[in-house]
Amino acid sequence: MLQRLEHLLGIEDLTREQISFILDQAKPFQEFQRHPLKKLATLRGKTVALAFFENSTRTRISFATAAARLGADTMNLQAESSSLKKGESLLDTVRTLEAMRPDGIVIRHSSSGAPEFVADRLGVPIVNAGDGTHEHPTQALLDALTIRDRKGQLEGWNLTILGDVLHSRVARSNIHLLSKFGVRITLCGPAMWVPRELETLAPNVRRVTRIDEALDQADVIIALRVQTERLHEPALAAEEYILRYQLTPQRLRLARASALVLHPGPMIRGLEIDDAVADGPQSCVLEQVTNGLAIRMALLYHLVGGAAVEPPPAKVPDKAQ
Amino acid sequence: MRVVEKRQLLSAEEISRTLQRLAHEIVEKSGGTQDLALIGVRRRGVPLSERLAKTVKDFSGVEIPVGTIDITLYRDDLSTVGPQPVVHSNEINFNVDDRDLVIVDDVLYTGRTIRAAMNGLFDLGRPKRIRLCVLIDRGHREMPIEATFIGNSVQTSDTEIVEVHLKEIDGDERVVLVDRVP
Repeated sequence: MLQRLEHLLGIEDLTREQISFILDQAKPFQEFQRHPLKKLATLRGKTVALAFFENSTRTRISFATAAARLGADTMNLQAESSSLKKGESLLDTVRTLEAMRPDGIVIRHSSSGAPEFVADRLGVPIVNAGDGTHEHPTQALLDALTIRDRKGQLEGWNLTILGDVLHSRVARSNIHLLSKFGVRITLCGPAMWVPRELETLAPNVRRVTRIDEALDQADVIIALRVQTERLHEPALAAEEYILRYQLTPQRLRLARASALVLHPGPMIRGLEIDDAVADGPQSCVLEQVTNGLAIRMALLYHLVGGAAVEPPPAKVPDKAQ
Repeated sequence: MRVVEKRQLLSAEEISRTLQRLAHEIVEKSGGTQDLALIGVRRRGVPLSERLAKTVKDFSGVEIPVGTIDITLYRDDLSTVGPQPVVHSNEINFNVDDRDLVIVDDVLYTGRTIRAAMNGLFDLGRPKRIRLCVLIDRGHREMPIEATFIGNSVQTSDTEIVEVHLKEIDGDERVVLVDRVP
C-alpha cells in the first residue's frame, strides 16, 4: 500500500493497487478544493523543499499550493538562482537542502533518473516532478483521476496520444499507468517522434502514422505540447505539423462522441490544438489543473506526513582531521 | 494483552429506545426543526445520525438534513502515529452557514474527536450554533467539551473500552464494556 511507499519516483514500478489507492485518496482532497476555507493544519510544522532544476511554473505552483493548503511550509530552489549555475553538483545541492531538514523534497531535473539518484542518497521522501524524458508521475496520476471521474473507470478504454511522444515524460508515465489498467494505447505523430521502441514500453501499445486512423474509436485523447524548437526545416516545419497532426474539431469528430481531450499544458493554441477543441465541451484541461492539486495534496499527506523519519546518523569525523 | 468483555451496557432494544428519546430531546430543545441539521462523525456517528433523522421524520414529518464529517485531516496526533491514516470525504451537501448543527457520535471520551470535527465544520462556514449528541459519555475528558444530548453516562476506567456495535457497520447491535488485561 501507499503507506509503505517511501518516494514517488515513477509510475512504472507502482502496482495497480498502489495507483488506485492514490486515486482514491485524492477524492477527499477534490472535495476540499470546494471549501470556502482552503487551509488545513494537517502538515503544520513540516517543510517541503521544492527543488526545480528545470524551469516550471505550473507544476511548481501546484506543488506549492498543495503544500500550503495542507499547512506545510515550502523552501524554493530554482535553477536560475541556484548555485548550480556556479558549478555545484546535484548531490552537493540536495545535501545542502537536506541539511535544512525538510520533511520531503519535490524534484524536477532535466536528467532522467535524477530523483532516484537523490532518493538513494538522502533519508527524505522524494517526489519526482518530472525528470528528463523519463517520467512525470503526478501528471499521469492527475490524468488518470480526470479520466476515472469523467468516464467512471479506467479499464477498457482506447487512448490516443498525439505529438512528440519520444521526448515526452508525460506520455511515458501515462503509458505505464494506463496500460496497467488494460487501456489500449495508440501513439500518433511524425515518425521521428514515435519510434518503434515505444511499442515495447508496455503491453497494448501500437503506433499509427495517420491521425484519422489514430482517432478512430478513441475514448480519450491526450494532445502533447509540441516544443517549437524541435520543429524546423527540413525535418518538419510547423506548418506541416499543423496540417497533419493538429487536433481540430473535424478530426475530433472521428473519435467517439464521448471522447475526452486532455492536455498537460502549457497549450500552444493553433499548433498542436485548435481553439475550438481546447475550449470545447470535451476538453478537460482545467479539471486536470484542479485534479493536480488533489493528487499532490494526497501524495504529500501520505509521504511527508506521519511520524518524522529519523535523520541518518551523523558521520563520525575522521580523527586525523 | 487480551481484551475481555466485562458487561453489556445497552441491548439493541435499549439503543433504539435511547435514540427515540434523543431525537425528541433534540427537537424540543431546539424549539422545532428550523435550521436544524445533523452531522455524523465517521464512522459510527453516521448511522446514528441517519437513524435520529429518520425518527424525527416519523414523529414530525420534517426531513432534517444529515451530513457526514471525516476528522482524519484534523487529528492532533498525526505526527505521532506511524503511517498516515486513510482520508475519507466529507459528505455535507448543504450550506452550514447559520445552521443549527448537532454533531452526532457514538462515544464521548477525551473530546479530541469533537474538537477536530468542529475545526472541520469551521472550514465549511459559520454555523449559528453547534451542539453535541452522543450515545455514550464515558468520561475522561482532555478538552473542555461536553455533550448537550447524552444517551447514557457510564463510569469507566482508563484501560476499559466502550465498544458500540451497530448493525449497519458491525452486523450486530449492542454496546459493551470491555477491558484490556495483561
